[in-house]
Amino acid sequence: MKNFANLFTRLDQTTKTLVKVAALVEYFEKVDDVDRLWAMGLLSHRRPKRTVKTSLLREWAAEIAGVPLWLFEDSYRVVGDLAETIALVLPPPVKELDHSLAYWIEEIKSLKDLTDEEKKERVLNAWSGLTRDERFLYNKLITGGFRVGVSQKLMMRALSQYSGQEESAIAHRLMGNWTPDNTSYADLILAENPLDDISKPYPFYLAYAVDGSPENLGEPGEWQIERKWDGIRGQVIVRDGSLFVWSRGEELVTDKFPEYHPLADLLPDGTVLDGEILPFANGKPLSFNILQTRIGRKNVTKKILESAPVSLMVYDILEFEGEDIRQKSMDERRQILVELITGLPTNNIIILSETLEFDTWEAAAAERENSRLHLSEGFMLKRKNSPYQIGRKKGDWWKWKVEPLTIDAVMIYAQQGSGRRANLYTDYTFAVWDEEKLVPFTKAYSGLTDAEFRQITSWVRKNTLERFGPVRSVKPTHVFEIAFEGINKSSRHKSGVALRFPRILRWRKDKPIEEANTLEDLKGMLAVYG
Amino acid sequence: MKPDLLKFTPKGIYCQAADVYIDPWKPVPRALITHGHADHSRWGNKAYLATDIAAPVIKYRLGNIKMETIKFGEVRTINGVKFSFHPAGHILGSAQIRVEHKGEIWVASGDYKLEDDGLAKPFEPIRCHTFITESTFGLPVYDWKPQEEIFASINAWWRQNAADGKTTFITGYSLGKAQRILRGLDTSIGNIYTHGAVENINQVIRNQGVSLPGTIRITKETDKKLFPGNLILAPPSALNSAWMKKFKPVSIGVASGWMTLRGPRRRKAADRGFPLSDHVDWKDLNKAIAMTEATRVIVTHGYSSIFSKYLNEKGIQASIENTEYEGELAEVNESAEENKVDAAAGGSE
Repeated sequence: MKNFANLFTRLDQTTKTLVKVAALVEYFEKVDDVDRLWAMGLLSHRRPKRTVKTSLLREWAAEIAGVPLWLFEDSYRVVGDLAETIALVLPPPVKELDHSLAYWIEEIKSLKDLTDEEKKERVLNAWSGLTRDERFLYNKLITGGFRVGVSQKLMMRALSQYSGQEESAIAHRLMGNWTPDNTSYADLILAENPLDDISKPYPFYLAYAVDGSPENLGEPGEWQIERKWDGIRGQVIVRDGSLFVWSRGEELVTDKFPEYHPLADLLPDGTVLDGEILPFANGKPLSFNILQTRIGRKNVTKKILESAPVSLMVYDILEFEGEDIRQKSMDERRQILVELITGLPTNNIIILSETLEFDTWEAAAAERENSRLHLSEGFMLKRKNSPYQIGRKKGDWWKWKVEPLTIDAVMIYAQQGSGRRANLYTDYTFAVWDEEKLVPFTKAYSGLTDAEFRQITSWVRKNTLERFGPVRSVKPTHVFEIAFEGINKSSRHKSGVALRFPRILRWRKDKPIEEANTLEDLKGMLAVYG
Repeated sequence: MKPDLLKFTPKGIYCQAADVYIDPWKPVPRALITHGHADHSRWGNKAYLATDIAAPVIKYRLGNIKMETIKFGEVRTINGVKFSFHPAGHILGSAQIRVEHKGEIWVASGDYKLEDDGLAKPFEPIRCHTFITESTFGLPVYDWKPQEEIFASINAWWRQNAADGKTTFITGYSLGKAQRILRGLDTSIGNIYTHGAVENINQVIRNQGVSLPGTIRITKETDKKLFPGNLILAPPSALNSAWMKKFKPVSIGVASGWMTLRGPRRRKAADRGFPLSDHVDWKDLNKAIAMTEATRVIVTHGYSSIFSKYLNEKGIQASIENTEYEGELAEVNESAEENKVDAAAGGSE
């Protein structure tokens, strides 16, 4: 664990990618195959399952630290990270336990079937023999949350340097269903044919947002223009008569979407499609809200299938007749896709994403304004002569979203942030006018600069009306322009509306609170866009 | 019930019987000052009283003020109320102010720490009925390591930077933290350069007869080729300023108690965070309060609601009063007051 703790500290201490990659390469060189594979797994979100309830960890930590549980919980709220809070409140270690990363992961996994008393003994023993940094990582492993300041992309770059393989090859090898338990470093990275795993997806190509207008992208005719759909990005694989559905988060979600199961027979073997898992009924997309009701459910019931049906809005093909065709141009791939789909009795399980043609960008911009009426977020622009790339790369795919909806609102509550923003007031609740009253309707966390957050933090400290635990009500004084992507009816909120992706657009220092918008205005937006 | 000996008013902590204020944040006729940090010692009062050791910096910062001084332990009786100043261990000359009237004793502690930093006279516990305390780091997650360990890691970092041909840039309050860091540095590694705001305070302190390691003030004329391998000591407000652009290649460190947590450490986008504070950590905060034997505690700033709840559970009557003290915010460049002072001292250009 010492090597891994050292790696973590080095990654955490720098924001420079070169330094991070160098630290990773050095780590890969230093450790054995098993630890290396585990580190790769952890850095690509493959972590052991939680074997101890966090409520128990909190109790034990408070007990060992000699503080009441509520004080531990309040501290946790300030720190914003359970593993870190525990590591900090515990007394210093009394002995030294020096084991490999793999040892500790096995140790944590072996807790699964023990009684709470036995678990406690083992966890306390680990805590008493690890340094603060090591404890933090042990806690991260045990709580199942593992985010470090290093993207999967950097890990792949380091692994590419270490192994001498192309980054794109590494990216592909690291996709899919493997865990450090079911493979080895040799099988995953060194084996000749990584496609032995028939479920293995391709890395997704991700688009950047158009900066301003698309005028400098060349002629509209060089671009395949489609609507941008508001669903879940997905990859559908049919190989050897089996179907696999992957979400962009690299989660295998085949079981969650039984609607797609007939595709195993409909699509020829050796087909991989890229598209959007989209709530859809009666020939029309539905609001993303509807899809949200079935994400995260363990069982997909009949009722859910009826209330939240999905289709696959397909827009690209990556593998055809068992051949990887990502290097063919968008144009060619589109042609293959059209030929494949139009002949199939898909019964609306698959819908081909429509392409739109415009002579000028002005004409495109005008149609883009209608996006919300199609329940779409704007346009996608894909260069017709481009291959299918890996990851987020500038140049060939762009998202050109409609301007967000906006409303001016008054800040009425403030709460300290957590994690990176601990001890700054960064989380605000906003209200609009309902006659003489201010009615809260949304929270928003992001969109201001650090300097603005500091300014507001010092203002909040001096203008607190009441404290409710970590939340402070403040004198209604400041108006902010809130941007959001959509609006829906909600019975859970006092205001009767729920916003999609609310964030702070800017601080309207020029506006007195009397000029903020009203609940009436919000309801008007609901009537048009809801 | 007797009225409180010290009251929290919109101008500051007020002793009605003596008609004086302690660390007021609005101008008053007579101010008793615990120490020279900008949130405790503000401009505009008609008369000031501070320890003879704290006075030079206060006078330097506030300019032409009417200042009387008092020695640690000396008793000054004002309208029958006895005032005396006692070491708080926070920074050079920092004091707790003991107030006694008709057998009742209150202590306003300002900011304080228990660890002896070799500069400030170490904290002396004063027995009292009511203790006014900060709680800047009043959570059990704040647990300082001994300063020797922190200095060892600062020096190791400097040595590594020097080996890599980089300039080492470290920030700390220009008053207090900067001098503490200065005394912990291993001067065999290289030269120590200072920002104007830090060097001005160094000068005042050296003139008091306190010895500090040699430093070089950075001016317009300083050749920037001289910086690599050496160390620059600057106030937190210098971070990300135009002034610091000329120090590349550079490794940046921040010395503050806040650096205990990953969140603030990462928010600073500094290369290194060193948890070094001139305030008490959790265990010393509780230890200090226990030593005063106070039955009543008033918490002024920091995690005051959480900490007062904890004290009440332990059977110590505790309450919160709102003040405009800022604790260690300036160390992460989040203070309104300290920055003005540093900005006035300028980036030497």
